[in-house]
Amino acid sequence: MGFPHKSHPKETVVLSQYFGDADARTYKGWTKRGGYEALAQALKTDPVAVTDIVKESGLRGRGGAGFPTGLKWSFMPKEKKRPHYLCVNADESEPGTFKDREIMRWTPHALLEGTAIAAHAIRAEVAYIYIRGEFTEPWTIMERALGDANAAGVFGDITIHLHRGAGAYICGEETALMNSIEGKRGNPRIKPPFPAASGLFGLPTTINNVETLAAVPHIMKRGAAWYKGLSLSNPKSTGTKLFSVCGHVQRPGNYEVTMGFPLKDLLYDMCGGPPAGRTLKACIPGGSSVPILTREETEACLLDYEGVVEKGSMLGSGGVIVFDDSADMVYQIMRLARFYAHESCAQCTQCREGTAWTTKILERILAGQGKTKDLDLLLDLSENMTGKTICVLSDSCAAPVVSGIKKFKGEFEAYLAGKRQPVIAHG
Amino acid sequence: MADGVITLTIDGAPVSVPPGTLVIEAAKQAGVLVPHYCYHPGLPVAGVCRMCLVEIEKAPKLQIACATTVTEGMVVKTQTAPAKDARQGVLELLLINHPLDCPICDQAGECELQDFVFQEGQASTRYAEFAKRFNPVEEFGPDVLYVPNRCILCTRCVRFMEDVAREPVLNVSERGDRAFIGIHPEARLDHPWAGNVVDLCPVGSLLSKDFLHKARAWELDKTASICTGCSQGCNISLDTRDEVVVRVRPRPNLDVNRYFICDHGRMHYRWMNRGDRIEAPLIRRDGELQAVDWDEALDRVVGILRGASGKAVALVSPGASSEALAAAKRLLSGFTWTGAFQVVMGEEAPLAGVPNLALRAERAPNAKGAEQLGYTRDYAPALAAAKTAAVVLVLDDPDCAVETDGALIYLGTVLGDDAPCREAEVVLPIANVAEEEGTFVNRDGREQRYSQAKPAPGMAQPAAWVLGQLAQAMAPPAEVS
Repeated sequence: MGFPHKSHPKETVVLSQYFGDADARTYKGWTKRGGYEALAQALKTDPVAVTDIVKESGLRGRGGAGFPTGLKWSFMPKEKKRPHYLCVNADESEPGTFKDREIMRWTPHALLEGTAIAAHAIRAEVAYIYIRGEFTEPWTIMERALGDANAAGVFGDITIHLHRGAGAYICGEETALMNSIEGKRGNPRIKPPFPAASGLFGLPTTINNVETLAAVPHIMKRGAAWYKGLSLSNPKSTGTKLFSVCGHVQRPGNYEVTMGFPLKDLLYDMCGGPPAGRTLKACIPGGSSVPILTREETEACLLDYEGVVEKGSMLGSGGVIVFDDSADMVYQIMRLARFYAHESCAQCTQCREGTAWTTKILERILAGQGKTKDLDLLLDLSENMTGKTICVLSDSCAAPVVSGIKKFKGEFEAYLAGKRQPVIAHG
Repeated sequence: MADGVITLTIDGAPVSVPPGTLVIEAAKQAGVLVPHYCYHPGLPVAGVCRMCLVEIEKAPKLQIACATTVTEGMVVKTQTAPAKDARQGVLELLLINHPLDCPICDQAGECELQDFVFQEGQASTRYAEFAKRFNPVEEFGPDVLYVPNRCILCTRCVRFMEDVAREPVLNVSERGDRAFIGIHPEARLDHPWAGNVVDLCPVGSLLSKDFLHKARAWELDKTASICTGCSQGCNISLDTRDEVVVRVRPRPNLDVNRYFICDHGRMHYRWMNRGDRIEAPLIRRDGELQAVDWDEALDRVVGILRGASGKAVALVSPGASSEALAAAKRLLSGFTWTGAFQVVMGEEAPLAGVPNLALRAERAPNAKGAEQLGYTRDYAPALAAAKTAAVVLVLDDPDCAVETDGALIYLGTVLGDDAPCREAEVVLPIANVAEEEGTFVNRDGREQRYSQAKPAPGMAQPAAWVLGQLAQAMAPPAEVS
């Protein structure tokens, strides 16, 4: 549902059915709504069969990369010689994304149930749910829910730990998250080895996003075919997806639609479009790390993994950031770059130095002191920051810069030509 | 593919290496140095500087040579435009915050940033008028200074302390371009092997206080030597400037010390430059030691030896070369012979992350060699026996508390005012370890050669030469028939 707004008829409400329903948070309330039935069923099912159901459903990772979930589970060693771990990425920090927060706030047991099913499927006895440090309310709710579920003994031999992050964006990167759980500095690791071979504490590990796992109980209960049927376009994108819409729309919030839903309908029908008298200018469809779409691209975009790629961006986390004609794209892009410069873990040279330099150039342009060569310099720097580092934070900084300059060059040039009032952007 | 061998091509050159070899190491074997900063063969791979990006056929993007293992038939190219551009990009980014203070930097001349920028960097920067990051110099430990402005965050020092020394007192503090190397607020970088971080630092960010502003790298002559600090036998380089030893650095030897030396060994060189040396042979004449030439001094010794018989005692330093020790034994072969040495003992200080590597309790380089030649550790009985011996030879043991009724012959580098050896009939000046070449046998029985780094003062000669001359004079080699 379009939480905190009423559900829209065009939504397909699965994950968000109980958003706003405080009773669903409790263990009792959750079981009354059919909760933990899927888990009980899964625990009686062979792990390989559980994995196969998820494979069959077409569920793909909702954290951003869109990797097929069942396939990922199947990468775990066939022969279990050492302990296996499950990590749940609840470090939702991507600017513009706030779907996992609502899942944990309203349906903590959905996450716990999905976590336990996944742990069973990959034969992990321990699961860690890594919750973003700033998520105080979700943390409290998750703690209570875990306590209640443990008291009811629903998890069998599976132990679930909550682990609280300390406020670093990069800890949402899967291997940085594992380092963080291990008590180390949250730096991404070189891959390979991949987590399924050597993950948390050097042991076989699977890591999934909150939204991904919250969908698993529904798939177990209602079947892979049902989930697969929830697709309006490309058969490779199945099920529903939560979109966190923020920025220049009349009704920002979380909306759940089936894959392939038109972005235009999401923004205009559900979110009410831009404020009165304004027009849509641009949209970042998948969290701050993905390329920016123009109005034309936005209005023609279908919301599934393939559809957004077709328009030159990525579905990412489903964090939709909307800009109307009042938005200063140069300023917005500078704010994004500044975010990445602030959050760079400092390991890789291109990221550590490149994100900061990019920010400085953008600040200079905004302050009316830009140089003619600055746009070429930004593009060249971005090229140097793309595809050359351990993780994709550096690429994520470059993506909006490159697409921003390409698509909104006029705004940059207005600053460079002194035709716009300079903005001093204090850090 | 042959068993246990992988063949690949690097810049057109085929090379065969064992499975598991990293591309960067395979490249070395193909004669290709892939520029790098964070990679060091003695440390775990970090893969963070991104300098060693190379093109590998069939890989979708550039790969770091330091974290990619070889595969059969792999084709690696280090000189393609994308690889060069990527490295040039890294260099530009490393330089935006790096001060151009090479003229006052100790690392200049042996700086990997300088070298690779010179090799393939750009002549100018596009960073232009932005200020560079500034952090004040910090004292990390008794001998280590940290100059954060020059730091390129390669983390070699952090990984050394964490994984090799196993005393993780350094870290990367802060994030993004504010990052710097931090030290635990209650710790000092005073681990017995901490000095290695200075060698490991590819730039002039970690400096040795001992070496600070002593010399420019290009003024140094480097000589392969063996550390005399203990019985481990670490391979070192003696760095001299104008015939003065100014620095000791490790020389890689994977079987003995890998890439490291301890701080005790690192600082164990000042005595090599002592000015109060014996510079001429001295013989006792009219109750006084008087300077003479070598011929006269050697004749005197030969005279003493020929006129004596019975018991001879040699009290030797376990820091003398095996050659000298062998010659001393040969020289006294006509006597009933006792040879002994004593070893100064200290505390053992292992380098936890490297098996069988420690600053050894036995603080002498050649005790094993002496033992192999028949010298004994039973020093006290030998010292007692010296009292009644006909001849006593003291080799480079200036503090030897010898007393004898016989003839005392002393070969040494120094002779203190109160030294018992002042009573010698003959004092022969010898070279120290930096002034001769020779062999030590380390505690594991490994024979290792060391070379001469500087000339000996005055008339001093290597002990092996002196003793060899004497032995030859005593027993001329039989004529070849």
